[in-house]
Amino acid sequence: MLSKKQIFTKGILAVAPHMFSVIPFGIVCGAIGIELGFSPILVYAMSIIIFGGASQIVFLQLLSGGASAFIAITSVGVINSRHLLYGAVLSEYLEKLSFIKKLLISYIVVDQGFAESNKFFQKNKTEPYLHYHLIGTGVTLWIFWQLSTLSGIILGSFVPEEIGLKFAVPLTFIAIVVQDLKKLDHVIVMITCGLSSLLFFDAPFKSYIIISPIIALFVAALVLRLKK
Amino acid sequence: MTWTSIIIAGIITYFTRMTMVALVDRDLLGEKIKAVLAYVPSAVFPAIIFPGIFINDYGTFIEMNDPKIFGAIVAILVGYFSRNVIATILSGLFSYWIIIFLI
Repeated sequence: MLSKKQIFTKGILAVAPHMFSVIPFGIVCGAIGIELGFSPILVYAMSIIIFGGASQIVFLQLLSGGASAFIAITSVGVINSRHLLYGAVLSEYLEKLSFIKKLLISYIVVDQGFAESNKFFQKNKTEPYLHYHLIGTGVTLWIFWQLSTLSGIILGSFVPEEIGLKFAVPLTFIAIVVQDLKKLDHVIVMITCGLSSLLFFDAPFKSYIIISPIIALFVAALVLRLKK
Repeated sequence: MTWTSIIIAGIITYFTRMTMVALVDRDLLGEKIKAVLAYVPSAVFPAIIFPGIFINDYGTFIEMNDPKIFGAIVAILVGYFSRNVIATILSGLFSYWIIIFLI
């Protein structure tokens, strides 16, 4: 049995490599907000209140482009609706927590943290303090997101655009799913999602980000049926 | 106005995170749904990966000889065999940089 501290530390270490994408993305996110003419306090407050990379950028771009508040808010909701899927997966492992703890831990569920903690959960189902892994990944992501958006706000986009660090974002998610390429059923689901995302990329409210997972999960259900 | 919008967006975002964890009883989900949920990472992350590689900043498709495709292939191969997250990300970035800066 692992102690709380050991599991927490494992969470930090599991998510640490993803800082290669989180930090440059956070800097860009902070810098764009200032470039678009929003006040520094407002841009930074989003990192605490919304705490969701892509949705923060889209929100500010839409508002500065003259879109209504309704469209900006709806887009944030649509982009972040994928968290519903993460929550549905995580609920199995967080079931025993008190309601208050569930409310608190939910705030720090982010893509990379969900991905790494979910991998740990699948391999260590019997550990009593599982959720400390999610706290480890979530708190690490939260702190680095705050620091990197803040430095983007203060220093501007000091990482030159030419080096293309934005490319680290798809790479970080490749690192997350690459081992599942060993399984044909997962490969089918991944390709379905990827192709759908390109097909629906221009759908309103950036909804490709939730349309493609839904299509891919339907395909997953079909695959499961065929496997039987 | 902008502040109000941010707060509403923040509350909605928080609900996307919290609803399934705290409000929905897991027993309400049938066995079939639980089995499908095992595919969530594979069903979600390619929607971030594919556009990140194949669509450029202006929302159009890249050329088939774009260095990002090469970088992604290298990252997939290194990741598949090394099982190492840092190696995956750095191999992709470095192979991408080698093409855009040296060739």
